Amino acid sequence: MTDQTATLLAILGMAAVTFGCRISGLLLGARFRPAGRLRAAFDAIPPAVLTAVIAPTVLVTGWAETLAAAATIAVAFRAPMLATIVTGVFAVVVLRHGLG
Amino acid sequence: MTAAPSFSPSATAEIRQAIVDIAPAMVAAAPIGLLYGALATAKGMDVVDVLLASGLIFAGGAQLAAVQIWSYPVPIVALLISTLLINARYILMSASLAPKVAHLPLFGRILGFHVLADENWAMSERRAGGGRISAPYFFGMGTVFWINWMSFSLIGALTGPSIGDPTRYGADFAFTAMFIALTAGFARSRTSVLVIVAAAGAAAAAHLTIGAPWHVLAGALTGIVVAAVLGGETETAA
Repeated sequence: MTDQTATLLAILGMAAVTFGCRISGLLLGARFRPAGRLRAAFDAIPPAVLTAVIAPTVLVTGWAETLAAAATIAVAFRAPMLATIVTGVFAVVVLRHGLG
Repeated sequence: MTAAPSFSPSATAEIRQAIVDIAPAMVAAAPIGLLYGALATAKGMDVVDVLLASGLIFAGGAQLAAVQIWSYPVPIVALLISTLLINARYILMSASLAPKVAHLPLFGRILGFHVLADENWAMSERRAGGGRISAPYFFGMGTVFWINWMSFSLIGALTGPSIGDPTRYGADFAFTAMFIALTAGFARSRTSVLVIVAAAGAAAAAHLTIGAPWHVLAGALTGIVVAAVLGGETETAA
């Protein structure tokens, strides 16, 4: 298989997986109502997944990233999303320059 | 009220409100789209690949994670697992939104759910409250958000090679900062804060030991188990 074919297959496969996730909720619909511990487990999925994706950058990449993330977290609870992102990007540029 | 239902003033107002509501997220997604296009072409994908990925996958987190683990020969299985892990949240998001659009035509719902991302999902849920959401609002928001992502991915792919290393401008951190902002929105109770801390610790440990993309599974499962164990407790709402 050429790299070009593999690239196309990977993109189409990733698209199919993502589409499947997005459509499945339409099929589950109102019948899907977990309760108790199961409900707590499902409620935890969005923050757990979002956190897991960025944890390596935040915790084990470098001091600039970790300190910029700390500043971003502090702002995230007070400011709108755009201000939070600007803070994070500005902090990481300054810290990478200062610590690098 | 007039009798003409098709393109009534209220439909225009609904679309306008959708654009106003999603505008901050569009601005936030712009550097991330630029970054994706630039990083993907740096990894050897061409402009058509980038447009296909952004148009058909339409998931910034999964697309950027894919670029990070992209190599040759292309690790297709690892890419599919990583995508499933990162995008499994859409199962729950779409299940939650489904009843609020149940009155819309099926084909429209399928197209609308194809462009369901964290930001327009959150806005749609808020707009719906406990009730329905209008077709102009739902489709209008999804369409502009999709076009926005496609446009900035394309610009990133075209200009990336001439801009140079995106990390110089901190553009790579825009994605991390956006995920921090989205996560903060979920940190509303003691349980959810513990879930986030546990997921972060487990994901970082797994990244150091096993490597990507398994840190996503390790962190997510740890957070979910913590939530299930604490699930019996009474939530202290913020």
